[in-house]
Amino acid sequence: MRIKSERDFWAGLMFVVVGVAFAVAATDYSMGPACQSQDPCAASLWARFSQLSEQPGAGYFPLGLSILLAVVGAGVLFKALTFESVAGDPIGQVAWRPLVAVVASVVLFGVMLEPFGLVLTVPVLVVVSSLASDAFRWKGVLVAAVVLTVLSWLIFVWALKLAIPVWPAFVG
Amino acid sequence: MDLLHNLGIGLAVAFTVQNLLAALFGCTVGTLIGVLPGIGSVATIAMLLPATYGLDATPALILLAGVYYGAQYGGSTTAILINVPGESSSLVTAIDGYQMARQGRAGAALSVAALGSCFAGCVGAVILAALAPPLTQLAFRFGPAEYFSLMVLGLIGAVVLASGSLIKSIAMILLGLLLAQINTDAISRTPRFSFDLPQLGDGISFVIIAIGLFGFGEIIANLGRPAEHREVYARRVEDLWPDSRDLAEAWPSVLRGTALGSVLGVLPGGGALLASIASYSVEKKLTRSPRIPFGKGAIQGVAGPESANNAGAQTSFIPLLTLGIPSNAAMALIVGAMTVKGIQPGPQVMTSSPQLFWGLIASMWIGNAMLVVLNLPLVGIWIKLLAVPYRVLFPAVSLLCCIGVYTLGGSAFDVYLAALVACVGYLFHKLGCEPAPLLLGFILGPMMEENLRHALLLSHGDWGTFVTRPLSSGLLGAAALLIMIVTLPSIKQQREVAFQED
Repeated sequence: MRIKSERDFWAGLMFVVVGVAFAVAATDYSMGPACQSQDPCAASLWARFSQLSEQPGAGYFPLGLSILLAVVGAGVLFKALTFESVAGDPIGQVAWRPLVAVVASVVLFGVMLEPFGLVLTVPVLVVVSSLASDAFRWKGVLVAAVVLTVLSWLIFVWALKLAIPVWPAFVG
Repeated sequence: MDLLHNLGIGLAVAFTVQNLLAALFGCTVGTLIGVLPGIGSVATIAMLLPATYGLDATPALILLAGVYYGAQYGGSTTAILINVPGESSSLVTAIDGYQMARQGRAGAALSVAALGSCFAGCVGAVILAALAPPLTQLAFRFGPAEYFSLMVLGLIGAVVLASGSLIKSIAMILLGLLLAQINTDAISRTPRFSFDLPQLGDGISFVIIAIGLFGFGEIIANLGRPAEHREVYARRVEDLWPDSRDLAEAWPSVLRGTALGSVLGVLPGGGALLASIASYSVEKKLTRSPRIPFGKGAIQGVAGPESANNAGAQTSFIPLLTLGIPSNAAMALIVGAMTVKGIQPGPQVMTSSPQLFWGLIASMWIGNAMLVVLNLPLVGIWIKLLAVPYRVLFPAVSLLCCIGVYTLGGSAFDVYLAALVACVGYLFHKLGCEPAPLLLGFILGPMMEENLRHALLLSHGDWGTFVTRPLSSGLLGAAALLIMIVTLPSIKQQREVAFQED
């Protein structure tokens, strides 16, 4: 069997995997009061799902959804394997540089903000995220870092009075 | 005259200093992000949400709504001047607007776009005010089964009318609904899918999903593309007024665009984008022997779509304010904002918070008037902003997103979660999966489950309740019909043609 649309194939696979994972997890939760006490419920999943006598339980809606997601995902997979698409609909190259730089800068922001405060975190965020662009220039980036640090203090701390640590914990 | 009385209440609310400032701020930010390509209104509303926590519900919603319709104005400026749609809804404006700018008629294009938008926006708000009360009355007859079916229809409609692969969009809705199940079950108090992380016990905030997918996700996707070629044609726009011939040609298009946009805005999945695309094709068909052909700088190609997208932006508040059903991703965030403020979106908003309801509608007139001033005399400022390249801009956007996420609950965990969602968002982008249906599903998820379980409780577990109750079965039938219609081969082809420019 040949993959006729690369994007659809992986998208379909993703939906099926997520659907099955959620479905398995959902069976841990109760389907409804009728099912906890009576025997026939253990018989089959369908029996547990369709024969409700009262209020459905915590696992009811997620189980239905996840089965539906897996089915629709299987449909996407089927489509990816049967119908021709333009040039095989390739996923294309992954833009690793922006992906890593942007995600790393966000994670660093989370790690640094509480111990080091806004004054050190914002410049790090600006410098690291700027590495995402091919046209990285130190001078411009440093100016932006200073300007954005001052602005974010002015807007969020001074004007909006949001609870954001400003100075490093070891200073304050 | 109930309507006049209600509008009186609304105007009194909208004309307080705080609410005027909220509208002005929202419209200014909206214009700004509309002008700047690569920053959408969904990401901006998500970023601003935490900052509005200090405000009351009314100014907060006036501000966020202003961002949404303000972006429609700003988007056209960019489309006309540099042939890049600043907002997706000004996609078609770029076709003729940019040609007009190249011929030295940028001023006429900008003013027709702004005045047409203002007219359409004001009419849209009138329609909203007039239609809201009867629709609300209808909504009061809805029980949980009807609400569940209505949400099914809303979600299906949203993907049928939007761009992208239908089956993948349906899967994205389901994924969104499922992600919303990561929470503590409201009835049995069982924590679900929380991986034993206490931070997930209350569920993931929709702000994190929106910022991760639309904020960070879009930054990564934008940087992964080769930089677009930007050439500002009119550095200084001299003559802002269209001549009499332009006006004579433009006003029928404005009227048609307004009518079309108002209708399409109400539909689920409608709103600004669909309205502008539909209006462009209508103008092309209805304008017999245009003085300047379409694609070469026809003013009808600017006037129609720009009026339509703004009318659509206004009337897409109708399903939101009367039924509590968001018709697109930006409206879904407004639903989230209302919930955060302790207002349950739905038909009761009009009676329980009339100040908010009518104040918001009245603020749209004021906002539209402000936007004309912001966009016409001050157009020079926005042109200067266009000279700022994306590589300077995106670290600032990234910073705003981070601060927005952190201030949600003052927790670094939320920031890590947003980083994870950003990675997933880039994966979706690569696999051609639209993030908007996921966000809609995510926000409607808890309401849908509540109504489903409530309906099944009332019917003693009988699923038949959804088809035996006439209103509910009608809504479900409409949803099934929509799917069937779109999968018909001839319509499928047309739908693909209509959205091919995306």
